[in-house]
Amino acid sequence: MATYVVPRPNLTWKEKMYLPSIFAGMMITINHLKRMLKGETKVVMQYPEEKWDAHMPEHYRGAPTLVKDDHGRERCVACQLCEFICPPRAITIKPEEIPAESKFAKVEKRPKEFEIDMIRCIYCGLCEEVCPEQAIFLRKDYAITGTSRAEMKHDKAKLYELGGVMDGLVNKWNPLK
Amino acid sequence: MDFLTSPDFWILTGSSLAKTLFIIFAVVLPMVSYTVYAERRVSALIQDRLGPNRTGFPISLLGAKKDWSPFLGGLGQPIADAVKFLLKEDFVPAHVNKFYFWIAPALSMMPALITLAAIPFGSTFLGFPMVVANINVGILFMFAISSVSVYGIVLAGWSSNSKYPFLGGIRSSSQMISYELGMGLSAVPVLLIAGSTSLPKIVEYQVQNGWMLLPYSNGHFGWAKTLLWIPVVIAFVTFTISMFAETNRLPFDLPESETELVAGYHTEYSSMKFALFFLGEYTAMIAGSALIVVLFLGGYHFPGIPNGAGEGGLLPFHFAPGSGSAMIYSAICGLVNITVFFGKVAALLFVFIWIRWTLPRFRYDQLMKLGWLYLFEIALVNIFLTAGILAFTH
Repeated sequence: MATYVVPRPNLTWKEKMYLPSIFAGMMITINHLKRMLKGETKVVMQYPEEKWDAHMPEHYRGAPTLVKDDHGRERCVACQLCEFICPPRAITIKPEEIPAESKFAKVEKRPKEFEIDMIRCIYCGLCEEVCPEQAIFLRKDYAITGTSRAEMKHDKAKLYELGGVMDGLVNKWNPLK
Repeated sequence: MDFLTSPDFWILTGSSLAKTLFIIFAVVLPMVSYTVYAERRVSALIQDRLGPNRTGFPISLLGAKKDWSPFLGGLGQPIADAVKFLLKEDFVPAHVNKFYFWIAPALSMMPALITLAAIPFGSTFLGFPMVVANINVGILFMFAISSVSVYGIVLAGWSSNSKYPFLGGIRSSSQMISYELGMGLSAVPVLLIAGSTSLPKIVEYQVQNGWMLLPYSNGHFGWAKTLLWIPVVIAFVTFTISMFAETNRLPFDLPESETELVAGYHTEYSSMKFALFFLGEYTAMIAGSALIVVLFLGGYHFPGIPNGAGEGGLLPFHFAPGSGSAMIYSAICGLVNITVFFGKVAALLFVFIWIRWTLPRFRYDQLMKLGWLYLFEIALVNIFLTAGILAFTH
């Protein structure tokens, strides 16, 4: 049976007084206060004023968006691969035929409705990987908010507004992207 | 009966009412709410955080172009807090003793406000002495009334009918017993030196003979004063420590001790009843700081600043007595005196906050030991020391 007797430390007269250590502690706290007032202490990012945008890594996966090419054609051909691969089933696509008189008639199909439910989306990026037309990209928007469920469903117009234009042949398999 | 029908009575009543309204509604209640703000802000700065720096004044609701959030930010926080407290549900649990449950918050707030009556917060203003109740046993009044506030805590703890508030109430009552003695006795040296228990007289003594803690502040050196400074410093330390215990501030916040007793005596309280406990604590802090300022730090006096009658001071202004400019000059001096007093109180409040965010809480037996075995004895010996020095030097 192992018994340990922990020796009580012998306090000096100064330590028993307790007041010197109170003053030492007060000096420590006031120095912290002074450093804060002088702005020498680093504090957390003040969010709405400062944002993450400048610190975002190149490969950040934010909100999924649709893009147009440099001719103004929507790249999506409504193949629905993203809809099928989406793990939380956030994507809903209704395809339609492109009318014959359109400039891009030979593409044959385009999405009539393209909805991403941002409450469901898990930002996994599989839609971007699977897309054969390089039409869907994860942008860097991360603060997706809304006051209702309906508002959190991004429709086609909203997705193109967020996505914008992607010029030329985009190398999707860039290891950093 | 003649006095009751004479105009003097109405002047006295009117001026007392005006002073009461001024000190409570214009000074102390705003000071309380901004002390809460300062507490949050200073604690944040000490812990390398920022604290509440968002809430401004929503003047855009009134038609202004932008909300107004002045230099530090967050200055609207106390108002937002007050509105929140007023609008919250006032929930009374079914198991409480209703009568005492309702009376306890008032009992913790009112004594702190009543004690302010005896505090001389300025010299004179337009000829009226700046103290609501100029009673000749001011300090006894302060001690008597401020110890009533413990009933608020004890009743809250008992009537809540639940274990954590009960423990808080028990702790509070025993803490009060161990500290009242030390506190009362450590004020006695000051009374011996000043030769009065009237708070305005104590301040006048310090104006004449230098502050208790800064005996040369009147510009005169004296051996007796220097000797008396030693017991005064001891009295100041013991009195301040007891004041921390009296106002339930860390390191003596055992009735509340969030980490052990949930929230101590006010666990079962919500809404404005909780806010009253909260405000009562801070009002007691202000009253306590004011008492320390009056007893040890020269009250409204600041070296070189004349009193409310425009007398004394370093500035060479002399007006013909009774003239208009003399009136204005003395009125300005009176206002400066009041500002000096509350400036000193604010500085002490900062020390209260500073100590709260430095020290850990005492253990229960350590607190009793400190009160009964050290402060009481030191204060007692200190009285005899002071009396001895006074007997040999005067």
